[in-house]
Amino acid sequence: MSFNSIVMVKQVPDTANISGQVMKEDGTVNRAKLPAIFNHEDRAALELALQIKDKFGGKVTVITMGPPRASDILRECLYMGADEAYLISDRKFAGADTLATSYVLSEAIKYIGNYDFVFAGRQAIDGDTAQVGPQTAEKLVIPQITYVEEIVKVQKDKVTLKRKIDGGFEVLESTLPCLVTVLKDALFPRPFKARRVMAYKNAKTLLELEKMTEGNSLLYIDQLKDEYLHKGWYIHTLTMDDLKLDESRCGVHGSPTKVHKVESVVLTGGNHVMVPPTKEGISNLIDHLMEDHILG
Amino acid sequence: MANYFSENRDILFHFDRFKLKEVVDIIEENYSQTEKFQDAPHNYEDAIENYRKVLEIVGDIAANFIAPRAASIDEEGATIDYGKVKYAKGTQESLDILAQAELMGMILPRRFGGLNFPTTVYMMAVEIISRAEASLMNIFGLQDIGKTLDKFATEEQKEKYLPGFSSGLYTGAMALTEPDAGSDLQAVKLSAYQDENGKWFLRGVKRFITNGNGDVLLVLARTESGTKDARGLSMLACMKDDTIKIRRIEHKLGIHGSPTCEMQFNDTPAELVGTRRFGLLKYVLYLMYRARVGIGAQSLGISQQAYEEALKYAKAREQFGKSIYQLPVIANMLIDMRVTLESNRTLFYATCHWLDRKEAYEDMFEIYKAEKKPLNEINEKLKEALKITNLLTPMTKLILSEACNKITYDSIQIHGGTGYMKEFPVERLARDARITNIYEGTSQMQVVAATGGVINDVLVDYITEWEQKEYKGSLVKLKSSLLEIRSIFNDALKYVKDKKDSNFQDVAAKDLVELYSYIYTGYLLLDEANDDMSRVFSAKRYILDSLAKAKKNAESIKNELYSDILHADSILI
Repeated sequence: MSFNSIVMVKQVPDTANISGQVMKEDGTVNRAKLPAIFNHEDRAALELALQIKDKFGGKVTVITMGPPRASDILRECLYMGADEAYLISDRKFAGADTLATSYVLSEAIKYIGNYDFVFAGRQAIDGDTAQVGPQTAEKLVIPQITYVEEIVKVQKDKVTLKRKIDGGFEVLESTLPCLVTVLKDALFPRPFKARRVMAYKNAKTLLELEKMTEGNSLLYIDQLKDEYLHKGWYIHTLTMDDLKLDESRCGVHGSPTKVHKVESVVLTGGNHVMVPPTKEGISNLIDHLMEDHILG
Repeated sequence: MANYFSENRDILFHFDRFKLKEVVDIIEENYSQTEKFQDAPHNYEDAIENYRKVLEIVGDIAANFIAPRAASIDEEGATIDYGKVKYAKGTQESLDILAQAELMGMILPRRFGGLNFPTTVYMMAVEIISRAEASLMNIFGLQDIGKTLDKFATEEQKEKYLPGFSSGLYTGAMALTEPDAGSDLQAVKLSAYQDENGKWFLRGVKRFITNGNGDVLLVLARTESGTKDARGLSMLACMKDDTIKIRRIEHKLGIHGSPTCEMQFNDTPAELVGTRRFGLLKYVLYLMYRARVGIGAQSLGISQQAYEEALKYAKAREQFGKSIYQLPVIANMLIDMRVTLESNRTLFYATCHWLDRKEAYEDMFEIYKAEKKPLNEINEKLKEALKITNLLTPMTKLILSEACNKITYDSIQIHGGTGYMKEFPVERLARDARITNIYEGTSQMQVVAATGGVINDVLVDYITEWEQKEYKGSLVKLKSSLLEIRSIFNDALKYVKDKKDSNFQDVAAKDLVELYSYIYTGYLLLDEANDDMSRVFSAKRYILDSLAKAKKNAESIKNELYSDILHADSILI
């Protein structure tokens, strides 16, 4: 009994380390100034997939849709123990919202095929929508369980999972294949493995191999790709054409979500309000807090 | 995210200056392992890239996983319950993650699951781990036991023990000391005997055994009954089992995470490692080089953290309307700490390089011998490396462990009353530091071990080469200070030699060893400053400070300060 998993991962700006230069005057983020990191909840999702592999065997494949430099996190997935990695990258994917993104990812997952689980982090720290996982499941027409903290039991064609809900948890069962989104606090991701780091540090996407051939007439891309495939260093690279996608559903064209306005909110301290320590005073305070939606 | 490797400029400076090509060429068998092992390097540059990447993992785990557990490890400590030793929770978690990251066999061959790294790179990892949690080093650093087995054990023994070391399944211990055999290991009594089938068994008591609860024990035992000296001692290996009783673990001032065991061997089955009678003379000696350098790494790690804490506190603490960092007296103390730290690291990695060379030449020697190739050249190289390692290993352990005590002491001082309190980490660092100049040979023993090399001036060729080298700009003046220290040393050495009094020499030896270390470290720093302007400040302070100290060292010798030891009984009332 072994299970194959596909894990959706994303490279995100490190929003925990925002310094002065990062925020533009209009309140938007200057991405070029932010270091890019592996979205924490996606790393937890990969950990869960690897735990299933450790226990039952099978294959773990990671995919990401992103710019060429997203290959960094794919290498990191290989360092942790993923068997294969795919970069889904095309200029025409730029400006995608969650609808367009889940379209591309679901098509890539169909292209790879042969899976029992699709894992993803609950949400990415840049968009915070938590929509891509669920939308991908809808497009794949498979069940989904979100906010998962723990895998309770895996059987031949079904899985039992524990998911977080307000004030507690619930235990759900699903048939396979299914899509699972994972909370970061649920699992501590394993460290990079020294021997895998040394073995896969040279893993490259097609785009990176093409860069190597530029200005070097002795290197031919097909030969190079074969060599990297043979060494296990090739990161599969898929474009819109490779996946035979409908262009009108990709990138900015396929994205109905438009950012209407970005407002820079600066919180400042205001006046002090004295609340008399009486029953009435406290009751007024609570009313006030409820009006401001801080309580209730 | 914090990283104790990639965010430490001084460590990176040394990493970028590593000159390990000759050593790596040898241990990688000219990069012939790539067919068999995906992680094997294709050339020297590739190897260096591997080392960098792996040290980044070490730095990440140390800073973000281990360091946050240090206080609780100190608080909880290792415990014993009905003879069973248990690590503190944080210690166990840290060991688990290091094993997951495949870092427990850094210096073992790939065929046993190791990373096949040179000692220098491994010691950088030991330094980084020690900074995060000093006592974890006492277990992480026991990889040297696997290395010793790899060097001297039979193929069958290696297959039995080494894969478990690499995977983290086994930890080890070296069981050397006994109640009556501490510094004087020749007095070891624990006996090893054979049954009629030639199987070995161990019987007796060992004391102060770091990680004595480990799975694989290397035991120094008396195989030749009736003997009383080192020639009756052999090295045996055994697995932990019910015949070994942990009688107690010690309650210590510091390094609480590391269990220090008193253990009793009751007819424990064991295997001989290597040749009989060579236990102390060859195998423990080999292990001891590595163990002493390991304590150097531990001292550096603790010193680094004590310095960081002092700097952070000095910048944050305000008195007299400004941060105490801005007070010249405090800034001066911090600079002293920083310069000591940097000069120690310079001396340390030079020593590691020599240890690596020594071991690589030993391996080459064996290969040449087996292939019946001429041995003259490699033999010369090996002799040279041995001579220098024999000096630098104890000298480095002496200087770094003493400095570690001074730096942690000053770190508390900069914290003032706060530093004396448990709430701040510096008191823990000071307690952890206190053992570094005691175990693996006290400072006094290190002086004894280094004296021969100092009196024979074994670094003379290197020093002479430096003396003839041209240095840039203001460094010329610093070079003249080093020349002056050299002449002070020569004078003092001549004085001691002329006196032909072995008691006097014993007491004066500390001054001589210190003097010699100023010269060697001074020139290493001068070279660094010559190559990189940012190192000029530390070279300057180190050398000028050393000149002042050198004068004092020499005065103590030539003024016959020590002549009163003849009247010790009258003074020590």
